[in-house]
Amino acid sequence: MRFGAWVGVVPFALYVLVFLGLPLYMVIHGALTTDAGHFTFSNFKATFDSPAYRSAFKNSVILSVWTSLVGAVFGVWLAAAVVAGRPGGMLRRIVSSASGVFAYFAGVPLAFAWVATLGAEGVVTVLLKDIGINLYAGSFTISSLLGVGLAYVYFQVPLMVILITPAVEGLRPQWQEAALGLGATKLRYLRHVAVPVLAPSVIGATLILFGNAFSAYATALALVGSTLNIVPAQIDDAINGNVLVNADRLGLALGVEMIIVIVVVMVCYWLVQQRARRWLQ
Amino acid sequence: MSFGSVGIAAADEVVGGPPPRPVTKARKERPRPWRIAIFVLAALYFLGPLASAFKFSLIQSNGRYGLGNYDQIIKNSAIRSALITSLEISAITAVLVVVLMLPTVVWVRLRLPKLTLMMEGVTLLPIVIPPVVMAAGLEELQSHAPEWVVKLLFNHPLSALTPFYVILALPFTYRALDNGVRAIDLHTLVDASRNLGASWRQTIIHVILPNVETAVLGAMFLTIALCLGEVVISSLLLYHTFPVALIQESLSGTAGISVALSIITLAFTFGLLFALSFLAGRRQRATSIRVI
Repeated sequence: MRFGAWVGVVPFALYVLVFLGLPLYMVIHGALTTDAGHFTFSNFKATFDSPAYRSAFKNSVILSVWTSLVGAVFGVWLAAAVVAGRPGGMLRRIVSSASGVFAYFAGVPLAFAWVATLGAEGVVTVLLKDIGINLYAGSFTISSLLGVGLAYVYFQVPLMVILITPAVEGLRPQWQEAALGLGATKLRYLRHVAVPVLAPSVIGATLILFGNAFSAYATALALVGSTLNIVPAQIDDAINGNVLVNADRLGLALGVEMIIVIVVVMVCYWLVQQRARRWLQ
Repeated sequence: MSFGSVGIAAADEVVGGPPPRPVTKARKERPRPWRIAIFVLAALYFLGPLASAFKFSLIQSNGRYGLGNYDQIIKNSAIRSALITSLEISAITAVLVVVLMLPTVVWVRLRLPKLTLMMEGVTLLPIVIPPVVMAAGLEELQSHAPEWVVKLLFNHPLSALTPFYVILALPFTYRALDNGVRAIDLHTLVDASRNLGASWRQTIIHVILPNVETAVLGAMFLTIALCLGEVVISSLLLYHTFPVALIQESLSGTAGISVALSIITLAFTFGLLFALSFLAGRRQRATSIRVI
């Protein structure tokens, strides 16, 4: 009986093993071997020694940090504003559906909306030029790190809304009533109740936002192609560009390093989440 | 910025309007400044680019306003064939993912509830592996696999992408289906069905499926949205799917068509998820779009 029960998950396990495990194995195996098939760490060492790859990591981290912080601040604010409205109302439906679209599925269309807005011929660019502000006077372009980051915020905020809404909903109105009843001001309630209760969830969600930006590539690919110096673009280049000898193994090593970064982020998320669960059941 | 102002008006209406009927002692709906501020900001930031994109898409290649770019979409055979490829991939992936996951979810709930935590972890794996790394792995597989595998899998975008899109869809579909199955009295349904002599296959198809159809539809909608939008893997492996065609079209100097297509894609995806929110409302448990 016990043994028979396992039969039911065999198809799933096999499927995941083949179609997820195999590509993953190829990445790790390729990153850890030489062309002759010998075990080596030299691919990793080469990625650490390369100034281009180091600055790609630096750029990716900077991009992910600031877009996740901005996304977190505005995401929490927007979620709180939406939750304060009528539950099950039209506003909630629209915000939640739109958040889903922007957060998970918009990559390429989003990039083109940005081109149409802030590109050299974009509507806002032209509008600003008409009133005497030239966006492109300085070093700003839509394909710079800043331009791509602004586009990233477009999916970071909605993802924050999706992630944090349940926690904001979990703030019980009774807590506020109790605090106010005991003579606290609104501000003291926020300072001593709402913020401490929400903090673990907000930190956790911000970590997810970081991972999300770190691994994202679709928007950058559509906006700039592989010339932007971030890690996913370097992997793209290493695989399809064939500029350097041995480049694809370096790309695989970069891939393993990306996975390690995300796993670390996820472990931190899991630890923070343990704390968040105490209050928000 | 016509769309932006419409958005603000709509937000104001919700904030400032009187509550339709005072159900229970719900929180009072007063227009509070901090709410209005974020709604205005959000409307500007989120609807502004959409409005800009719409205006941009109406500028034809001859410089005048009109629906020329939308007309071009229908006439452009490269885009049409890419769209058909992507729709085929979406449909097959959506069916495959349900066929694979529904019995698994039911089985785990019924017989191996101890595995729940492991299932949640495994179905999160696709998130830990960035799409670009998945693509790198597939590229590596393609160049090292025996010839029959290459012929079987990588010669056609349908067979090359579908199996891996099923993997990418796991985080969404597992949670959608698991929520659906949790909401029904699974043990009673299965016991009744089995006692009446139904096979496992019959039980899944005729008893469980009709009871979790909302969750199944939700899983399929999310999968379709995912497949229509996925660009990193298909682009790196050089398959001509819809988002790849979008990028190529813009590189060939006709950004107007790409922007017009982007608007249609966003509207379609929004339609899918908006419909989903109504489907979910029919039953108690919402079909969540949260993955983590």
